[in-house]
This record gives sequence, structure tokens and C-alpha cells, in this order.
Amino acid sequence: MSGFDLTGLTASFDGERVIGPLSLSVNEGERVGLVGRSGAGKSTLISLIHQQVNRTSSLVPQNLGLVNALPVFHNVYMGRLDANATWYNTLTLIRPFARDTREITMLLDELAMPEKVWIPAASLSGGQRQRVAIARALYRKSGLLLADEPVSALDGPTAHLVMKLLRERFQTSVIALHDVELALAYCTRIVGIQDGQIALDEPSEKLTPADIMPLY
Amino acid sequence: MLLSPTVKTSLIFTAIALVGLVFADIAITSANPWKDLGQFFLGVVTPDFFSTEGLATALLRTVAFAFVGVALGSVCGFLLALVYRAYPVRIFCAFIRAIHELFWALIFLQFFGFHPLTGVLAIAIPYSGIFAKVYSEILEEADPEPGRLLPPGTGVISAFLYARIPDCRVQMRTYTAYRLECGLRSSAILGFVGLPTLGFYLESAFSQGHYSEAGAMLILFYVLIATLPLWVKPRLLPVYILGAPFFLGDGMPIIWGNVTRFFTEDIVPSPLKGEEGWSGMGSWLGDLFVTQALPGIWNTVILTQIALVATGIIALLAFPLISTHFGGPVRRTSGHVFLVILRSTPEYILAYILLQLWGPSMLPAVVALALHNGGIIGHLIGRQSSSIVLRPDAPTGLNRYTYELVPRVYRSFLAFLFYRWEIIMRETAILGILGIYTLGFYVDSAIQNIQFDKAMVLILITASLNIGVDILGRYIRRKLALQTMPTC
Repeated sequence: MSGFDLTGLTASFDGERVIGPLSLSVNEGERVGLVGRSGAGKSTLISLIHQQVNRTSSLVPQNLGLVNALPVFHNVYMGRLDANATWYNTLTLIRPFARDTREITMLLDELAMPEKVWIPAASLSGGQRQRVAIARALYRKSGLLLADEPVSALDGPTAHLVMKLLRERFQTSVIALHDVELALAYCTRIVGIQDGQIALDEPSEKLTPADIMPLY
Repeated sequence: MLLSPTVKTSLIFTAIALVGLVFADIAITSANPWKDLGQFFLGVVTPDFFSTEGLATALLRTVAFAFVGVALGSVCGFLLALVYRAYPVRIFCAFIRAIHELFWALIFLQFFGFHPLTGVLAIAIPYSGIFAKVYSEILEEADPEPGRLLPPGTGVISAFLYARIPDCRVQMRTYTAYRLECGLRSSAILGFVGLPTLGFYLESAFSQGHYSEAGAMLILFYVLIATLPLWVKPRLLPVYILGAPFFLGDGMPIIWGNVTRFFTEDIVPSPLKGEEGWSGMGSWLGDLFVTQALPGIWNTVILTQIALVATGIIALLAFPLISTHFGGPVRRTSGHVFLVILRSTPEYILAYILLQLWGPSMLPAVVALALHNGGIIGHLIGRQSSSIVLRPDAPTGLNRYTYELVPRVYRSFLAFLFYRWEIIMRETAILGILGIYTLGFYVDSAIQNIQFDKAMVLILITASLNIGVDILGRYIRRKLALQTMPTC
């Protein structure tokens, strides 16, 4: 499963409708860039999709959800806690197995932070924390990526590195991005959200930054 | 003048304590109180570490009981914390922690006798209830987000170990270490009911007037507590916990017939055993209530309220001793030593000593409770006041104290005080064993008269009273919007 077809998506906070009702259908192989003003409902839409696909996707939420006291290794490993038996997970907490260490170190190497593998998440910088959450999503190896501003704390070259990696590893993705240039460069389809509704839905090759600006 | 709610509350409680003083039995009844006190202090400054070979054993047993009891309590408390959401579990935990260690010891003594299990359970049971509450609070405060992000199908245990425990571990460890210190104090006073810990030897040294011996024991106990961080290391902990059960001593063997008899006969209310049956229960309970429970409750409440206000006064007077806003390093260091001594001396031992010196009345109890609890709160407030940054031209001396510091720390001071209200009441009840007419006195007398049925009812009443004060204290803290950390 990597594409999805969802209808009647709605979300309300304190009785006030923030999203929908809207329908969104994403085919396998599509890379959707979600754009729109902050507060338009992008984050809510991402978590709605996450619920609707029964949380089987890889997810990079905006607040990352790292366990601060655990080292980077374990935070990444948590992406696939369901794949191993409880005894294996428990042992890994005390002493990780060599093959997992190898795999996760390689993943961190691709994200340009291999030396951080045993550092607790609490002592990382904002950009490093974001990459740990991304590594966790990559390690999960699901066909669908849902990411909410995954490169907001990264500098230019690193942001490109990460976006390339995400394009390479996930067949299908929905990524909320406030950087319009990045969205146009790495996504095949742009969905603009305004006041909880889809205000724009076009293939990215048909769009220029100027077309997206009215959403902001 | 308009009074703020905190000041109003303080004045109401002070007024209650003053009214209480009218009814309280405050007196020095011994013939030569100051001479005895002088002799005692002489003993403390001329400690005799080699008088009995029992001293080393007493310390070893005290440590062993503390380790086994606290370890067992923390494991059970942790398991209870996992199901703490269930209302019956909360009630159960509130109930077992409302009964003081010494009461538990008195109960177990009746059927396990002087078996090490008595001392271990006396610590482990109330501590389980406390650990369950605090652990569950810590677990609840952990960030729920990582747990929500776990892939579906993750096992419950894996999820708990990865997403919950790591962020709570440090806080739990700090709290458990603090409880270990409390456990050492609890273990020491278990000696007063005959278990082979420090209190037992202290009592015998005192009763024979061997003040230098008693002084040596107290000094070693302070050293033991003050050096806790040095000898309790995470790596050594498994060694201590596995080793401690072998140093509890043999005690006496358990006679299982006693256990059965205790539950099937001893604690069954006497009318039910006779011909009267249930019809006699009313008058039996009524009689117990009027002649023992009511006077016990009355004295317990009066003593608690006086001790609470006295604790507050001591705390407010003592906190400048360690505050960086007053005095030099010499005075602060001696202030620290003084407060550590107050904090490390169990109120029971303090009350026992003062009672020996001044004779029986409520006075030794009030002074002991106020010194111990005031020392603890003074220490916390003093530390907090040191983190306050004053403007460069802030007033000095008494003006600094009254205008700059007290107003700023007053809310947390009250929070700590109301947090300790329930603890003070639990201790007040137990001090009855020393001969002050609080609930503990009636419990102890009932046990001495082999009326375990009455003793159990009185213990249940004491527990309810503690739970009531706990609820009231929490209500007042919420009303005044006061917050505290559990480690107080």
C-alpha cells in the first residue's frame, strides 16, 4: 500500500472546523507537496491521513516526537519496533545487535551525522534532531512518507541532501513544505491548502512560484 | 487592609494553633530538664564509638532493612503505578500509605513475631503506596508523542520500554534515592518496637543513661545519611540489594499458627466472638469511639495543628541560614550542617530524646515535629531563595528578609507546608507510642492489653484521618494555586 484515496476528511478543534470536508486521492509514485499559510491546516491534514492509512506510513511530525533520554540509535530503531520480538527489542535497549548498528550507522552516514549514533537526543541541535526523526522514518521503510516541514531547521545544502534522499527512498509521499522552491523542485504534484480546503491541485511542472503565492 | 488568600489562610491556621495551645498539655515535667539536656549534649560531643560491639551490627541491620524494604517497595510500587489509573488501586495505595511504618510493624509483630519479614514488610508496604503514587505521576508527565508515533503492532512492553521509561528514568531514580534516605530513617526507628536496628540500641543506651554511646550512634547515623551519595552508586546497587537480605539477622522463626489465629480470632471484634453477635457491635464500637478514638483524634488534631504552625515558624526562621543572600560562607556552611542534622534525625528519635529529658507532655512532640519538618522545608526554601536574583541596590538585613525574600518564597513555602501536613499528622499519631495521648497511644495500649480487634479499628480510624487531611491539604493547595514537586 502506498497510494490512498480518502473522502470526507474533516477535523474540528473546540467545535470549529479546521479541515474539510475534503477529498484527496494520491496514486502510487506521486510525490505531493502540501503548501499554504501556517494555520491553513497542513499539519492537521497530515495527521488525518496518518490516521486514515492506519498509521502504516512513515511519519515525520513537526514536533519530531523523539525520546530525549535515548541515544540517536534507539530513536531511529523505534521506527521498526513492530518488526522484532519483545525480547529482541529489550535486549537492543541494553546492547544493540551488530547488524542493526551497521544499518542505522549507514543511514546516519547518508544524513551526514554518523558520529552522533550514541549521543542522547537531548544533546543534539535542532537540525540534528530533525534528521534523527527523518532517519527514523527512513528506517521504517514504508512505501508512503508523510512529513510535516521535515527540513525547516536544516541549512540549504543539507535540506537538499535530505529531500533527495526522501525522493529516492519513498515511492509515494505527502510533504508539507513552506519553502515553495523546494516543493516545486522535489514534488510531482502541488496541493495548496487554504482555510481547510484544497485551493490548488496541479502537477508541479505546470506551476511557477508566482502561481502559488496567492495562497500566502 | 485587604488580605491576600495566602495570608488569610496563614492567619486562620495560626489562630487554630493558638486555640489549640489552650487545650494542649504543654509542660516540662521532669525535675532537672536542663541538666539532663546538658548531659545529653555532653554525650554527643564526647561520643564513645567503642562501648558496645552492637553498634556496628545495629548500623548494618539498619542499612539492610532499609535496602530490602525500599527495594521491595519500589518494585511493588512500580507495578502498582502501571495500573494506577484504576480507582480501586488508588484507594488501596492511599490506604496503605496512610498507615505509618511503625503501625505496620506493630501489626506484623503480632503474628510474624521478631522475624525479619516484620521489618521488611513494615517498610515495603507503605513505601509501595507512596512509590505507586509518585511513579505514576512521573510517568504521566512524560511526553506522549513518541508513543503515538510508534508503528502499529508494536508490543505493549516494547512501547513502554522505548517511549515511556527512558524520559522518566532520571526523575524516578532521583526520587527512589530520596526514598532510600527516608527508608534509612524508617528502618532506624523500627528499633523502637524491638527490631534489631539503631532505635533498639539507642533506646537501651538512653534508658541506662549512656549518653556518650547514644551520641556515637546518632553521629554515625548522620554520617551514614550524609555520605549516601558516596557509597550508593548505581553500579553497586545490585550488590547491595542482593546482599542486604543476608544481613537482616535471623530473628525468631515464624509460628504459622499465630498467623492463622491473628486473622481468624484476634482481629475479629470481640462481640462477634461471644454470644452477642452483630447486635453487640453497636455498643462495642460506640464505647471504643467515645473512650479511645475520640480523645485520640482530638489530641492528634490539636498536636498536628500546633506542630504545623511551629514547623512553618522554624522553616521561615531557618531558611536564611543557608540562603546566599545572608552571611558569609562560614555561617552558611554551619547552617547547612545544622539543617542536615535536623533533616536526618527522625522526628520519632528527636521526640524520644526530648521526652526522656523533659518528661511526658505534648511539648517534646511539638518541638521534635517542628524541628524536623521545619529543617526540611527551611532547607528547600533556602535553596530556592538562593536562586532569586535581587536588584543591586536591594535592602540588606531584616528589610531584605521581609521585603525581598519572604514575599517571593511564601507561596512555595505554603505549598511545602501543606504537602507535609499529612506527614506531620501521621507522625503525630505514631508519637503516641511514646506516651503522648494521640491515636498511637490508644493503639499501643490496645495491643499491650491484647485487644487486637480494638487496635485494628483504631489503626483504620488513624488511616482515615490521614487520608482526610491529605485530601484537605490538596484542596487548599489547589484553591491557593500552590504547586510542589513530590520530593519534599
